Amino acid sequence: MLIPCPVCGPRDSREFTCKGHAVTLARPQADAPPEAWDAYLHLRDNPAGPTRELWHHNAGCTAWLVVERNTVTHAVTGARLAGEVAAR
Amino acid sequence: MRIDTNWRGDPAERIVFTFNGQPIEGYRGDTVAAALLAKGIRLVGRSFKYHRPRGIFTAGSEEPNALVTIGSGADQMPNVRATLQEIHDGLEVRSQNHIGPLQRDLLAVNDLLHPFLGAGFYYKTFMWPRSFWERVYEPVIRRAAGLGALSHDHGGARSEKAFAHCDVLVIGAGITGIMAAYVAARAGADVLLVDENMSLHNRHRHFDDPIRDAQGITHFSPEDFAFFYLNALQAMPNVRIMTRTTVTGIYDGGSYGALERTGLHLSPDAHPDLPRETFWRIRARQTVLATGALERPIAFPNNDRPGIMMLSAFMRYVDGFGVLCGRTPSFFVTNDDAHRVIAGLIARPEIAQAIRRCTVIDPRPEARAQGDYRLIAGAEVIDTRGRHGLREITVRQGGSQQRIETDLLALSGGWNPTLHLTCHLGARPVWNAEAAMFVPAQDAVPGLHPAGACNGTLSTGGCLRDGHTTALRAIAVLGLADPGVPVPQAGEEAGNGVALWQVQAKGRAWLDLANDVTTKDVAQSAQEGFASVEHMKRYTTQGMAPDQGKSSNIGALAILADATGRSISATGTTTYRPPFVPLTMGALGAGGEGHGFAPERKMTSHAATVARGAPMIEAGLWYRPSYFPAPGETTWQQACDREVRMVRQSVGVVDVSSLGKIDIQGPDAGAFLDFVYTNTFSTLPVGRVRYGLMLREDGHVMDDGTTARLGPDHYVMTTTTAAAGQVMAHLELVAQGLRPDLDVRVISVTEQWAQMSVAGPLARSLLNGILDTPLDTAGFPFMACGAVRVHGIEARLFRVSFSGEQAFEVAVPARFGDALYRDLVARAEALGGGAYGLEALNVLRLEKGFLTHAEMHGRVTAYDLGLQGMMSPKKDYIGKPAAARPGLLEPGRERLVGLKPVDQGGILTAGARLFTKGDPHTRPHDQGYVTSVGSSATLGHMIGLGFLRHGPERMGEAITLVDHLRGIQTPCEVCAPVFFDQDGGRARG
Ligand SMILES: [Zn+2]
Repeated sequence: MLIPCPVCGPRDSREFTCKGHAVTLARPQADAPPEAWDAYLHLRDNPAGPTRELWHHNAGCTAWLVVERNTVTHAVTGARLAGEVAAR
Repeated sequence: MRIDTNWRGDPAERIVFTFNGQPIEGYRGDTVAAALLAKGIRLVGRSFKYHRPRGIFTAGSEEPNALVTIGSGADQMPNVRATLQEIHDGLEVRSQNHIGPLQRDLLAVNDLLHPFLGAGFYYKTFMWPRSFWERVYEPVIRRAAGLGALSHDHGGARSEKAFAHCDVLVIGAGITGIMAAYVAARAGADVLLVDENMSLHNRHRHFDDPIRDAQGITHFSPEDFAFFYLNALQAMPNVRIMTRTTVTGIYDGGSYGALERTGLHLSPDAHPDLPRETFWRIRARQTVLATGALERPIAFPNNDRPGIMMLSAFMRYVDGFGVLCGRTPSFFVTNDDAHRVIAGLIARPEIAQAIRRCTVIDPRPEARAQGDYRLIAGAEVIDTRGRHGLREITVRQGGSQQRIETDLLALSGGWNPTLHLTCHLGARPVWNAEAAMFVPAQDAVPGLHPAGACNGTLSTGGCLRDGHTTALRAIAVLGLADPGVPVPQAGEEAGNGVALWQVQAKGRAWLDLANDVTTKDVAQSAQEGFASVEHMKRYTTQGMAPDQGKSSNIGALAILADATGRSISATGTTTYRPPFVPLTMGALGAGGEGHGFAPERKMTSHAATVARGAPMIEAGLWYRPSYFPAPGETTWQQACDREVRMVRQSVGVVDVSSLGKIDIQGPDAGAFLDFVYTNTFSTLPVGRVRYGLMLREDGHVMDDGTTARLGPDHYVMTTTTAAAGQVMAHLELVAQGLRPDLDVRVISVTEQWAQMSVAGPLARSLLNGILDTPLDTAGFPFMACGAVRVHGIEARLFRVSFSGEQAFEVAVPARFGDALYRDLVARAEALGGGAYGLEALNVLRLEKGFLTHAEMHGRVTAYDLGLQGMMSPKKDYIGKPAAARPGLLEPGRERLVGLKPVDQGGILTAGARLFTKGDPHTRPHDQGYVTSVGSSATLGHMIGLGFLRHGPERMGEAITLVDHLRGIQTPCEVCAPVFFDQDGGRARG
């Protein structure tokens, strides 16, 4: 699997570590209700199809990426710097 | 026997190898199978279950019978296919799966028991008594139904891993693959052509089919064509050709795994530096699959004797090795191509001279002989004879039967396209009823284009056209221009024939030779309700041998379709998975042994430490000293006790460079630290150090450590050795993804700084010997930090203590680490101190109740550790909302306590459980557990840290420590986790 790192170009997936769904970037406000925190910490969809995940290029440029990937075809359709996604 | 054909081997290079100890002579380039057949050796092994005599069935990697063990000692390799393994001087080959000599296998009795050994035999027979399975049944079955064995010696069979990249990968160097490679190469693509065989001019259909290429050259045969074009390819700089390389699997994104038999054909003694095998990871932008087709066998009674083989194999031994496998051959064929092959064969003068009689049996009544051989049309082979090799066949024609003496029977039941790789990403092959074969599904693998026989195209002309077309498709995707290579012209005829899956006659007819599965087993599976192809496979074990049913899968499912009254396409195939051929674990894991698995990280003090005789222990990948033995000491405990007393009384030196060091800079560095730590760092004055606690977002403790403020925008964080990588990744995620609003940068500087801890009442005096400007007591208080100069070198000094003593950590650029360590230890020794190791360090920190990852093990909260006071109510930070959940603040949680034995000599052990005095020592009464213990040289008894329900409320209570594993019970007293110098005066002194 190749991941198109915006900094390094297409690189082998073994240079990366996956941290799960990119929802991690959408941290609730500290005073958000417990349900929001529960959803943020524990509840994840298990999609058959497109999904967005956080990958860390830890054996490369150390950037965190939001990788768009299809769980059925394994096709990687894009990757953006997490910082850019978070800053919106 | 050897015949003089257009064989390309080198008769000048004679090779001697041994088979079951007997020396055998062959030529360089021979496979073991070819060399044995040349000497008339037909019996090469025993079958898996019935121990039937077996011979060589194919000439390729699909071989189900001729598995042998090669080499001995650490280099022993079992289950090697004799049809792929080339001979070399000194090669030892041994047959498998027999007890006693191959000719008189004691387990041949199993064949007489066959009525009891059918499908599902294991499942039905060995059900009870249950206790018999492990002790009796399994060992006996393993001995009787085994394959080859590993030697259990370590260190043999050197393997390597390698990587390759290309524009166009061409898998298979038959005429299709060569054509495709040529077109892609002429277009300027970077081409990688791989083939499983040692030579590249192989083909499946062994008859002469002239090819006219555009230059007007007529190649007499496909082989000549291949030879000519391969020469052209070899001369092109953008083409790489790999032989002896099997593509074993297709993975995502154009990744391919391939096994190269790099050195298996050479004597390991003569080539000690060459790997035996290399596992390649190939990344291709486009791929042409030209893997050809495997000839399809026919099931008939006793079709498993040595001397029965595939027609394509028979021809490959003739053409590739100059070996004629029989002088009175017979052929059982179902298609016209086979007739053309046989006619071409016997028309050769050297063959006509060598063979005495040639009989062809064809089930089609309309079949016509195409040469000078005896044809029995509308007939079938219904039985065979010959104990250790074929002697006679029985042929049924209409209502009559005849016996024919023959020493070889070659089979041709049509072709099964070698489409396995197209299924590795989940696609299923498609049944083409007209051609009676499975063909690859459309777009089965992105970027992979099947061509030629593996795509169902069997004619010579069709294969060339296919290779040409797919190459153009691949180069178009790459954006390269059509090089205008014309398509060579050749015959368009292809194998008229019928599918004959099995001959209806009495007796056992084998489908899967490797696992001894017969047509009856498949029918029985269907009868007993295991009618899906996946169930049939598991019930009969068909297709589960090392050959993965390459020659039996299609036949078995056709017979299953027949038995269940379904069509072949409704029956479907089982799932094709990588690897395409068996892979040794050594090749797959090449590079992952020893230091490849766990690289060694050494601190700058390593050499000086080892020179002092310290045993090194692993801390993650780091190597750190356990203790420094002194003369007269016989146990580690003596050394540890001395080192503890040394630090408490004078001064000790320990290298702490393995702790993670993270440099944090930027105008918002303080705000960033406030967000990752539970306590506040933005208020920390420059020149001060603070202890920090870091949580995961789920409210549990991630790590702790000290962070120093070197300047208004500059902090240096230390992490524990174990969590350095995790914390670094965490900080990067927070900085990049969670708080992009903060202007801050983080970088690991663990490797850049060597950091030594100097601890003990004499620490300051020692340091003053090396500092350019000596310290006074007031000028550098506890938890101060700052830049200093050591022997004129810019260094950093941190006054932090992990021992409870007056202590400093001095950091210098890593290149000065070795010199600094040696200097500090020498000066410490002059003051009556010295170096200390991890054992003493652990006792020192336990006496002070300092935490490690034995306590911060991932399931504890700050509240559990008694550190709730460090959780700032004034700000948001990672883990704050989750840590406030009611369940994480229950007083009844297991919370940190100190433990000491009621009797001075009582033994504490890590991992032991804690029980209320008087309670039964059973799980429902469990109150907690012990995480760390040590023998305190300072206090004269063992001490421990642990987690106990309601812990802090139970100070002074007598409880019972129980180590069920080691059989230890110790009455203990619950106490505060700080055992020594509770007010911390020593560290501040
Ligand atoms: Zn990168």
